[in-house]
Amino acid sequence: MTAMIEVRNLQKRYGDTVAVEDVSFSVREGEIFGILGPNGAGKTTTVECVEGLRTPDRGEISVLGLDPRRDRAQLTQLLGVQLQEAQLPERLRVGEALALYRSFYRAPADVDALLDGLGLAAKRRTPFGKLSGGQKQRLSIALALVGAPRVAVLDELTTGLDPQARRDTWQLIEGVRARGVTILLVTHFMEEAERLCDRVALIDAGRVVAVDSPAALAERVQAEQRIQFRPSAPLDDRLITILPEVTGLVRRGDLVIVTGRGDVLGAVTSVLARNGIVAGHLRVEQANLEDAFVALTGRSTSDDR
Amino acid sequence: MTVDTVALRRLTATELRLFLRERVGPVFGVGFPLLLLVVFGNIPFFSRPGNGFDGAPLLYAYVPILVAFVAAMLALNALPPVLAGYRERGVLRRLRTTPVGAVRVLAAQLTITLLSAAVGVVLLLAVARIAFDVPLPHQPAGFAVAAALAALALTGIGLFVAAAAPTGRVANAVGSVLFYVMMFFAGLWLPLDAMPPVLRRVSEATPLGAAVRALTDASQGHWPHALQLGILAAYAVASGLAGARMFRWE
Repeated sequence: MTAMIEVRNLQKRYGDTVAVEDVSFSVREGEIFGILGPNGAGKTTTVECVEGLRTPDRGEISVLGLDPRRDRAQLTQLLGVQLQEAQLPERLRVGEALALYRSFYRAPADVDALLDGLGLAAKRRTPFGKLSGGQKQRLSIALALVGAPRVAVLDELTTGLDPQARRDTWQLIEGVRARGVTILLVTHFMEEAERLCDRVALIDAGRVVAVDSPAALAERVQAEQRIQFRPSAPLDDRLITILPEVTGLVRRGDLVIVTGRGDVLGAVTSVLARNGIVAGHLRVEQANLEDAFVALTGRSTSDDR
Repeated sequence: MTVDTVALRRLTATELRLFLRERVGPVFGVGFPLLLLVVFGNIPFFSRPGNGFDGAPLLYAYVPILVAFVAAMLALNALPPVLAGYRERGVLRRLRTTPVGAVRVLAAQLTITLLSAAVGVVLLLAVARIAFDVPLPHQPAGFAVAAALAALALTGIGLFVAAAAPTGRVANAVGSVLFYVMMFFAGLWLPLDAMPPVLRRVSEATPLGAAVRALTDASQGHWPHALQLGILAAYAVASGLAGARMFRWE
């Protein structure tokens, strides 16, 4: 499969501070690729180099086979961009903004369909300054898509949105991908990356720590699982602790908590079944992307650096 | 028509719409000088022959000053906060990621400033002529050249202010201060011919002092002096280059 975006050994400094030390990744056609990391990790600088807004100090970038700086005229026709905190003039109306941006592109998208899809059809005549945070964000997405791009770069898409608006936006992005647009998504929300991304590059302190699917990343660090249940009948601990997958068992009131590796859940449930015991209130705790991040970088994503 | 021409036309039309909606330019740059003209024109002291210079009514001396007012208001008070605000709010950054880029929004804004200045000046001359019997410039070509150079010089300075100011608010403040200082030297409070010689010398080295001198000469039928036109051209080139060089997109 061809790479839509190829970044190799990117480095970018501002004076003495190194924003990006060494970043490489490659985005495949049709996927949602996430760049995930804490604030200040170099995510935005990386995508600004991809967008051609900044010149890298070192390294190579190619987007759709084009150089973001040298082939700017060609690339801007094919690349949709949603910037973090870019606004529009207060008095510019939604419909005017879309008509304006639409005129920039050779083969633009249909504005009506875009407005409908983003739930902005009723806001055509509303000035930008009168829109809610979520509506501004949706308009910003609409402007990123109005050129019918093949690749879209979305930076901190849902920051500042309430949970409902965030979920709506995620749904929308999935819809965009379904239409064949490759998406590069910058985020510091684990949940967002887990829900949306096919693959994620974990970035910390200007370096790529790992690139993989969210599930695979979580599995990598998954040393143990915790199973918790309330047995329907008295249970002899030895039945469980004798299993090779089990590493520990504790009781908390009438709750049994088992820790173990591999297919510990399968082993435990078959033992219970054989003894005619039902596991009530069964809960399995697995590592998630957040755990992966902590394990791989030694800090949490909400740490500001 | 190429995508580029369509886009530039659409961009200019949109910016013009915003300019009218914002109202600062039309009200203060075009309307306010007209209001001043009407007020002055209705004060007998201004319209009585002999109260001005060279035996003419004082109002005659004020028409070039109000022309300078139009250009200064549009270029120093309306333009810089818009451009600096666009930079501050990321409007320019956003445009840089599109095929048209951000330079064109600058071009659109400068076009609008110059066009609205032209409209303001024509209206001013027409009302002065029709309502208050102030003769049209006796040297129209000279007047047009002087007015155009003055507008370019002021727009260059406005661009420079927008380039140097970190925020829209600062651009607003700096523009207003420059406006009052420059309008003083243009003779709004004390016409050039009434200034003491030293002050007049200083005035004529400022953009608006030079502009009013050149416009006054052209109104009276003389081709403006090369010195004043040269001063205006120098301001236009220097501030325009410095502004374009220093202008940051983010």
